[in-house]
Amino acid sequence: MRLRVFAALAALSLGAMTGCGASGGTSAGASALRIMAPAAPGGGWDQTSRTAEQAFKSADPQRKVEVFNVPGAGGTIGLAQLAGEKGNGNLLMTMGLVMVGAIEQNKSKVTLAETTPIAKLTEEYELVVVPAASPFKSLADLVAAWKADPAKVSISGGSAGGTDHIVAGLMAKAAGVDPKQVNYIAHSGGGEALNELLGNKVSAGISGVAEFAEHVKSGKLRALGVTSGERVPGLDSPTLKEGGLDVELANWRGFVAPAGLSEADKKALTDLVTKMHDAQPWKDAVAKNGWIDSFQTGQQFTDYLASEQTRVKAIIAEMGLVS
Amino acid sequence: MTSFQLLLDGFAAALTPVNLMYALIGVTLGTLVGVLPGIGPAMTVALLLPITFTVPPASAFIMFAGIYYGGMYGGSTTSILLNTPGESASMITALEGNKMARRGRAAQALATAAIGSFVAGTVATALLVVAAPAVVDFAISFGPEDYFALAILAFTAVSSVLSRSIVRGLASLGLGLVIGLIGIDQQTGQARLTLGIPQLLDGIDVVIVAVGLFALGEALYVASRLRHAPPEVVPVGRAWMGRADWRRSWFPWLRGTALGFPFGALPGGGAEIPTFLSYAAEKRLARGVAREEFGNGAIEGVAGPEAANNASAAGTLVPLLTLGLPTSATAAILLAAFQQYGLQPGPQLFDHNPALVWGMIASLFIGNTMLLVLNLPLAPLWARVLRVPRPYLYSGIVLFAALGVYALNGTIVDLFVLYLLGLLGYAMRRFGLPVAPAVIGMILGPMAEIQLRRALAIGAGDVSVLVRSPVAVVLLVLAALALLTPLFRKLAGRRRQTATTSAGE
Repeated sequence: MRLRVFAALAALSLGAMTGCGASGGTSAGASALRIMAPAAPGGGWDQTSRTAEQAFKSADPQRKVEVFNVPGAGGTIGLAQLAGEKGNGNLLMTMGLVMVGAIEQNKSKVTLAETTPIAKLTEEYELVVVPAASPFKSLADLVAAWKADPAKVSISGGSAGGTDHIVAGLMAKAAGVDPKQVNYIAHSGGGEALNELLGNKVSAGISGVAEFAEHVKSGKLRALGVTSGERVPGLDSPTLKEGGLDVELANWRGFVAPAGLSEADKKALTDLVTKMHDAQPWKDAVAKNGWIDSFQTGQQFTDYLASEQTRVKAIIAEMGLVS
Repeated sequence: MTSFQLLLDGFAAALTPVNLMYALIGVTLGTLVGVLPGIGPAMTVALLLPITFTVPPASAFIMFAGIYYGGMYGGSTTSILLNTPGESASMITALEGNKMARRGRAAQALATAAIGSFVAGTVATALLVVAAPAVVDFAISFGPEDYFALAILAFTAVSSVLSRSIVRGLASLGLGLVIGLIGIDQQTGQARLTLGIPQLLDGIDVVIVAVGLFALGEALYVASRLRHAPPEVVPVGRAWMGRADWRRSWFPWLRGTALGFPFGALPGGGAEIPTFLSYAAEKRLARGVAREEFGNGAIEGVAGPEAANNASAAGTLVPLLTLGLPTSATAAILLAAFQQYGLQPGPQLFDHNPALVWGMIASLFIGNTMLLVLNLPLAPLWARVLRVPRPYLYSGIVLFAALGVYALNGTIVDLFVLYLLGLLGYAMRRFGLPVAPAVIGMILGPMAEIQLRRALAIGAGDVSVLVRSPVAVVLLVLAALALLTPLFRKLAGRRRQTATTSAGE
């Protein structure tokens, strides 16, 4: 009896584990497409991967598609795993600007040179805001205070070396402030950065447009500048360029595949991703999440990736984040 | 009155057979993942996120909420029975709960945990209905200097979980602080103590530390003893709480709720700190029998922390629903679920989607009741697990601990870390070092450090920012009192003693 209770328990718990273990299992056939989200479930890369999974299924109902997570170290753990899959034409990894920075910062042994760029999918712009009660009415006010004493202007945002921090560094450089002097308060998500802004604890904040938009609308935060080239429709904010800072940056996401692909495999993956991009579920998701569709494949994406790497490497070094 | 009306509508929406089924699935899954070491509600909800593509939002949120609350319920079971907490938030429950189980009061400990969770969950959900705006204002007013003061106050809780030797307790705390340093330094992005292992860059998950030091350490220790002594027979005891148990549980439940709810709403609060504070408070407030029993299985030490961790789960929903601010890992994933449906939690959510929000709140009440109905009759049954022969029981624990930890990130490195920590936990038991201070140190150390540095950075290096906010001052004064009163009392006692002895001569 006692043993039976325990055995039943064990069986139940095992069932629960395999039941929710969507990341395990390799039951799919040889041609199954696997998408690696190099982050924990729930984040941006995971969301992109799982949305793409639905769109792939709708674009090619015959093809099995499976998403799995390899979290850790800004995606560089997943990157290292991808590098071990040389020549595998049935594997994609979701990645983006954050990974470019993480590779530099973590001194990752594997770099994007050991991947085959497939496509850029989406972009999200970054927004610079101040609390409603802030004395800074415009970007010019903020820059003037920044130039006078960089230490007195605290800027809150996401993790050190991430997109938000890179924007802060690029802004400082454009304003003629030493990027090393930026008083950046890093947060690891969890809403703490937003909390400090709503509580008027910091001078300014930088994050994705979507994260601040609601609070800008309700008047709790004031938008000083967005990192897009032109104004974003539906968002009451000038661009950074209008405010006198020549900074443009998009937090982009895309797909890369393992290195060493045959031309045929590369073309097949590119075609499949193109079909996925044209599928209705993807279009719906892009509209719903407020992503900007910035689809790019082939040489165009390869070149873009190279230029982003150069830019991120330079600013991370100038901010003193890598020794 | 309107919110009451809306809540009733919410009940009407949540009480459909289909939604009740989702609620039942949710609470059952939640209890299971809570029982299993390593797997928590955050990961479960995350893995179930894809159902948002097919299931209507109300049903999905009802299920997710059930998982969230259920995880908090289940976590206490293994803590109490086996001294092996599956979640860091139920670690404190193990301190008194397991002692109670060893004295044959496992069923009472499980019952006070289940009822306390129910009371806390219900009261906190009711507070969510009536007090959300006020709590949000309070949470937003918290700055880094306040969090730093809060961490300092929580550190004083260590003094109440020390074993007889202060030096050993502090050594254990130091160990935890060192483990907490591992990983990328958040402010500067530099790696610390990672030995060049990329998997350590994100630090060691607190779940691995809690499971390693507690569960694995305990299993190894038990294994090492089995050969020497016949296993002690644990009496199963009476099945239900007696009148004295009820009397002693009421106030800890309510105090735990009062501590847990606001902490859940704080972005840097978490479910652990209120359990530390609740334990420390109950120990300080204990009088009479309870005072004697603390350290040997006092029911207050189970009732308070269990209520606190459940109330914090409800508190988490306040900033999530009203501001779109996720304050825990599970809340962050719930936020992602909202976004999957094209909903943006925030000031407008209550106006634009009242049916959904109130349906979810109503389902919290329903889920809570289901959990009580599910767990209370199970308490005496669970207690029977103690009759399973030790070798089977503990090999099962080792297996599930390893599975759970591997499931966290799917990396072998985590398993090695787990085994190392298990050996450390064994050694600590062998040489009489208490384990709890290490886990407390590992949770509070990084928090105190990062918040102190943030506060100083925002204040451009001016140290006075630390005492500029009234909240911080109050918290620091409380911390000082918590540390100094026992000292004074001891001093006074000694003086009285010397006075009486000299008078007697």
